[in-house]
Amino acid sequence: MMDLSTTYLGLKLKNPLVASASPLSKRVDKAKKLEEAGISAIVMYSLFEEQIIHESLELDHFLTRGSDSFAEAQTYLPDGGMYGVSPEKYLNQVAGLKKALSIPVIGSLNGVSKGGWTSYAKRIEEAGADALELNLYYLPTDPELKSEDVEAAQIELVADVRSTIKIPLAVKLSPYVTSLPNFAKRLVDAGANGLVLFNRFYQPDFDLDELDIVHNLDLSTSADMRLPLRWISILYDKVNTDFALTSGVHTATDVIKAMMAGAKVAMSASTLLHRGEQAVGPILSGIEAWMKEREYESIEQMQGSMAQKNVREPAAFERANYMKVLGSWRELP
Amino acid sequence: MNKNIVTIDGNEATASVAHRINEVIAIYPITPSSAMGEFADEWSAKHKKNIWGTVPLVVEMQSEGGAAGAVHGALQTGALTTTFTASQGLLLMIPNMYKIAGELTSTVFHVAARSLAAQGLSIFGDHQDVMAVRQTGWALLGSGSVQEAHDFAAIAQMSTLKSRIPFLHFFDGFRTSHEVGKIIQLTDEDLRLLLDADLIRDHRARGLSPERPVLRGTAQNPDVYFQARETVNPFYAATPAIVQEMMDKFAKLTGRQYRLFDYVGHPEAERVVVIMGSGGETAEATVKYLAEKGEKVGALRVRLYRPFPVDYFIESLPKSVKSVAVLDRTKEPGSLGEPLYQDVVSALVEGRRSKVKVIGGRYGLSSKEFTPAMVKATLDELTKPEPKTHFTVGITDDVSHTSLEVDSAFSIEHPETVRCVFFGLGSDGTVGANKNSIKIIGEETDNFAQGYFVYDSKKSGQMTISHLRFGPKPIEAPYLIEANQANFVACHQFNFLERFDMLKYAKPGATFLLNSMYGKDEVWDTLPKEVQSAIIEKKLKFYVINGYEVAEKTGMGQRMNTIMQTAFFAISGVLPREQAIAQIKKAIEKTYGKRGEAVVKKNFEAVDATIENLYEVKVPAEITSKMARRSAVPNEAPAFVKDVLAPMIRFDGDNLPVSALPADGTYPLGTAQWEKRNLALEIPVWDADLCIQCGKCVMVCPHAVIRHKVYDEKLLKDAPETFKYTKSKFKEFSDGMAYTLQVSPEDCTGCTLCVEACPVKDKRAVGRRAINMEPQPPLREAEAKNWDFFMTIPDLDRKLVNPSTIKNSQLLRPLFEFSGACAGCGETPYVKLVSQLFGDRAVIANATGCSSIYGGNLPTTPWAVDASGRGPAWSNSLFEDNAEFGLGMRLTLDKQNEYALELLKEFEKELGIELVDAIASADQNDDAGIQAQRGRVEELKKKLAKSKDLRAKDLVSVADSLVKKSVWIIGGDGWAYDIGYGGLDHVLASGRNVNILVLDTEVYSNTGGQASKATPRAAVAKFAMSGKGMPKKDLGLIAMSYGYVYVARVAMGANDQQTLKALLEAESYDGPSLVIAYSPCIAHGYDMSRSLDQTKLAVQSGHWSLYRYDPRLAEQGKNPLVIESKEPSIPISQYAYNETRYKMLTQMDEARAEELMKEAQHDAKARWALYQQMAAMRYGNGNGNAPEEKKP
Repeated sequence: MMDLSTTYLGLKLKNPLVASASPLSKRVDKAKKLEEAGISAIVMYSLFEEQIIHESLELDHFLTRGSDSFAEAQTYLPDGGMYGVSPEKYLNQVAGLKKALSIPVIGSLNGVSKGGWTSYAKRIEEAGADALELNLYYLPTDPELKSEDVEAAQIELVADVRSTIKIPLAVKLSPYVTSLPNFAKRLVDAGANGLVLFNRFYQPDFDLDELDIVHNLDLSTSADMRLPLRWISILYDKVNTDFALTSGVHTATDVIKAMMAGAKVAMSASTLLHRGEQAVGPILSGIEAWMKEREYESIEQMQGSMAQKNVREPAAFERANYMKVLGSWRELP
Repeated sequence: MNKNIVTIDGNEATASVAHRINEVIAIYPITPSSAMGEFADEWSAKHKKNIWGTVPLVVEMQSEGGAAGAVHGALQTGALTTTFTASQGLLLMIPNMYKIAGELTSTVFHVAARSLAAQGLSIFGDHQDVMAVRQTGWALLGSGSVQEAHDFAAIAQMSTLKSRIPFLHFFDGFRTSHEVGKIIQLTDEDLRLLLDADLIRDHRARGLSPERPVLRGTAQNPDVYFQARETVNPFYAATPAIVQEMMDKFAKLTGRQYRLFDYVGHPEAERVVVIMGSGGETAEATVKYLAEKGEKVGALRVRLYRPFPVDYFIESLPKSVKSVAVLDRTKEPGSLGEPLYQDVVSALVEGRRSKVKVIGGRYGLSSKEFTPAMVKATLDELTKPEPKTHFTVGITDDVSHTSLEVDSAFSIEHPETVRCVFFGLGSDGTVGANKNSIKIIGEETDNFAQGYFVYDSKKSGQMTISHLRFGPKPIEAPYLIEANQANFVACHQFNFLERFDMLKYAKPGATFLLNSMYGKDEVWDTLPKEVQSAIIEKKLKFYVINGYEVAEKTGMGQRMNTIMQTAFFAISGVLPREQAIAQIKKAIEKTYGKRGEAVVKKNFEAVDATIENLYEVKVPAEITSKMARRSAVPNEAPAFVKDVLAPMIRFDGDNLPVSALPADGTYPLGTAQWEKRNLALEIPVWDADLCIQCGKCVMVCPHAVIRHKVYDEKLLKDAPETFKYTKSKFKEFSDGMAYTLQVSPEDCTGCTLCVEACPVKDKRAVGRRAINMEPQPPLREAEAKNWDFFMTIPDLDRKLVNPSTIKNSQLLRPLFEFSGACAGCGETPYVKLVSQLFGDRAVIANATGCSSIYGGNLPTTPWAVDASGRGPAWSNSLFEDNAEFGLGMRLTLDKQNEYALELLKEFEKELGIELVDAIASADQNDDAGIQAQRGRVEELKKKLAKSKDLRAKDLVSVADSLVKKSVWIIGGDGWAYDIGYGGLDHVLASGRNVNILVLDTEVYSNTGGQASKATPRAAVAKFAMSGKGMPKKDLGLIAMSYGYVYVARVAMGANDQQTLKALLEAESYDGPSLVIAYSPCIAHGYDMSRSLDQTKLAVQSGHWSLYRYDPRLAEQGKNPLVIESKEPSIPISQYAYNETRYKMLTQMDEARAEELMKEAQHDAKARWALYQQMAAMRYGNGNGNAPEEKKP
């Protein structure tokens, strides 16, 4: 009997396939189906403080606009009472998922204000989340803003949240860091129990007919996992924490690669969004089949086995590899 | 403090009782009663129960007539049923009211009494509507204050159940319905004790039931109808005593004693006014004041007007009374006197008091102010040896000389009452803040409190004036704060200072608070000299706050509400400062908490920042300013504009005498151009180099403030220095022709739609267009000059312009300009386009609603004339009858045309056979043909001018009908889909040549966003608080079913060319045409500057598919339906959830939102599939040829 179990953030999981933060967790019935299909844990969609603030101000603006301006119409929209523009809706969903599922539920949070991060983190914990993932989505556009200041603020934030809650804390980060190993280490020193690599930024595109910016949500492909695969391999054992690989996890071999790089779990969203819970079974059975064929006994056995420190050519992960790849192109006839 | 004390307005006070003591409520929106229906709908949507523990069923009907019918049916089957209405709405209920009374049915209708449309419409308060139903057999019970409206709602219900006579409970529209007052609320337990459960069961038992069947509603014949009509007399005879009994029962429980006639004043009064409604409060307060000073005067307040109880009346009138002045808040032209007057005269005769001298007068029509000085003037009139027997008070009547002189200095304001007047901008939240303040004062202190709010007539950039009173004495003052009486005056918008005299309200030593971008040391020199003078002379304490800066810093944007409210409390000392701030914050949490923490936070920050930025100004002893207040209109304006409209603009219309106003409601066109409102902070600026001269910006501009012209470049010699132009790119008008795109800086509202519509993107920076927004102030003066010059450039001759392209159509002069519609209005671009294409020969019937308000609300109106003096002849009849009204216009034109052609033949000799033939057979299908015909008609008139022949004179008088006219019937979806649908359907069926333009905002916009049958499924609206559960009615599909009606569904923001084509085709079709136009509205809840993109999404999602259905195609054997939008390519949700009306349901009830959205998606798919099938049907022989049977 093969052992597929793994441990992530101190949570004992039956296998390494975790549902990444996505709209799938917005519905309890969908989450339940994922659990039944074999997903070992679920990371909830992110609670965006900015979005709550925006929705709240937007609702207020439009309910108020035009009011008390004209004798015949004191308002233009009814004011219906309680609106789900507070974190309540999210917190209720945490509680709802916890009630319905037996697998761990990991909350996810993206804040903007210092107070927002900590208070929402506390409330997600109180709502029953088994762990919390901080989503450090931030896009600096100000040329006066220094990278060390951004990093320092994020480190401080992690420390603040760590001191506020008791449940395990993971940090999902961006690949755009000058010295990722250093930043990763500082995050762990600040109290992160795990690092999730990486946040996928949906990049805007140009529409040349309209000369306009367009936003299309492109689901990932397996090719997208190369970046986190490389970085987990490099960081494994250098930074002492649990790694989760996210981006481009579609198949059994993707999960196996993630494990071999040193991840404790592989997180999948695109394929689950695309194919639903039916995607889960084949991945898990594929892992088992592969392990059986290669006579692996456990997931634990393979975790980190192809990390930089464990391969014969550590330079393959570094700059030398870049040169090699470039040189591999041939002029086609 | 009594925990049942609340500070609410008259509508809420009434609805709060009505909702708790009824089972079925049928509603329909009409100002000023709409809020009662809105409250009932909201409470039922929130599952608020009545006193018997069940949630009342609230249903919106298609009209007030429909509501009355539904009420009648519900009553006939035994439910406790009510409705709310006003004005024309009540008139539409009359037929059912006779039935309900004739069948002795217990019910109460609650009416916010309002003027009736006569020489003009008025939304404001008087008793004309109530008086129009006094003959229906209903009891009429009038309340005069917010507390009374609350109490009488219960007393009326108690009385109707016992008497079986239906009751109309009324109170003054706006003055009571919208006054915020502090009242003691009846508890559920109170209401249970007041209402007799046995009587309710009796009512139920009288309901129709097949278990105990009866027949009610027979047709009766001469033998018995008369006798049967007399059977009810005992019920009417018993009613007054029953009402008094209920008033006594009510008093026993609450301590508030009312009588059928409440007499107040000197016990041995000799002169008495008789009055009902809120004016009674003023009369009561005034006679008490005068009686205390020894004057033998009194007031008799009429509570129960029908059945009129003579004995109670005689008993209530002191025996000492020698003369009576009866005041009616209504007008009955041609009568011996107004209704109450006539009743009092009869009562005095019947009650053997005929020696009492009686005079009658009118007051307070359309919420005209009624003050203690007017009560005194009325009582003084009785002292004269020959008083005016029929008079008016409150106006200057220099035509019939009915008006009484009023001493405007007379005031009875209590010295301990604090009076405050606040001037705000509609969008800055001033009224909301003051409603909040009065609630705080009313509910957190022992003070009595009152708030009343005055609005101007525009929908954008409006001024609001809030009148607040509070103090230790009860406030019996249902009139505005008068000149020199305010303890506190606040100006929330700095630029008002140069437009209005607001310090006239301030009493000596009062406080003046100004929202100013200038600090305490700089502000003085920026004030107009009139303001400086008033501050010095009245020794005002002067404070400034830079609310603009505080708002900017705290994210409040344009909203000054919280800031100015905080400043008011900080200065006025109503409450200790700390306590006041705590209460403001409590109120903020209560009001905004449910909208999220961020909203509360920003308001809290604004409160805190206000205190730090509030300063007292050290007032200099001297006037330093050289700047005078601006006049309302420029000097070159026509006399009528200067003499009549300008006073209205500066809020001084009350002082216009009767002679100033047209007797038949006829006003000149083109007056909006004189009212420069300077609303825009930024205006569009043209980049002549980038511009491709496409005219799209001109087309979408809701206010006609951006126009383009091609003209002879020689005209440029007189152009101002900064006037911009370039070479014309119009291929028809190129040689020697210049082109200018010009903006009117002082009329622009800054909506930015023109910039959004511009298809040009600068190759070096795609964000830049050929027209871009820039700050208005530095541009104002030069661009105003440029605009004036631009307007002197002649328009191109219409016959040279082929209007079938956007750019050409926009060369036609808009004859609808600068309306007071909301900034970014989605309706007005269509109206304007009609005015451009057909305005010089259009007759327009306009349904009541937004378009009749921005189109016809005084002071100034947007319909305009062209250089030849021609323009749209416009009229508004009612809400429900607009299609019929327009059809009537068509009938006249057709008849006159027929008659003219008949006469024409008789004058072949005088006119010459050639001219007669040319006129009779003229091709008038384009402007060239029409101009030629106009020329012929002129020739005809000239030739017959001197003829003495009566038939020749007749021909001249109808000759204009020989020139083709265009009849347009314009209105909103509330009219077309609901209240006017029956008529609209009939007019479509008539086959006559009329053009119907439905401005579909999918909601009753003018009355504040109530659902209509055009409201889409899944959208939230008032009267559909939990999201509309049924799909939008497909009006176009219904019209297509006739086969001979031209139908088009258009959306200018999505396809302007299709809109243009549809309007041209509709007009050219010699039969009925219906154009349904997608009209973005602020009631949709999104940024109006994005409305073009949002309209595109509405089309792409299949919510609003575009098509034209032209019966002429069927005659050619082609399918008449041409679908002009593509198959839906995005889900409905992608369009819908950009709009608060849909999105808020996801925030209130996600599961229902999801369900309804799924159904809405299904609706769109099904609709699309149906249209596809219809468009694919074979007509004729299927080869595109005409049907076989039509071939010769």
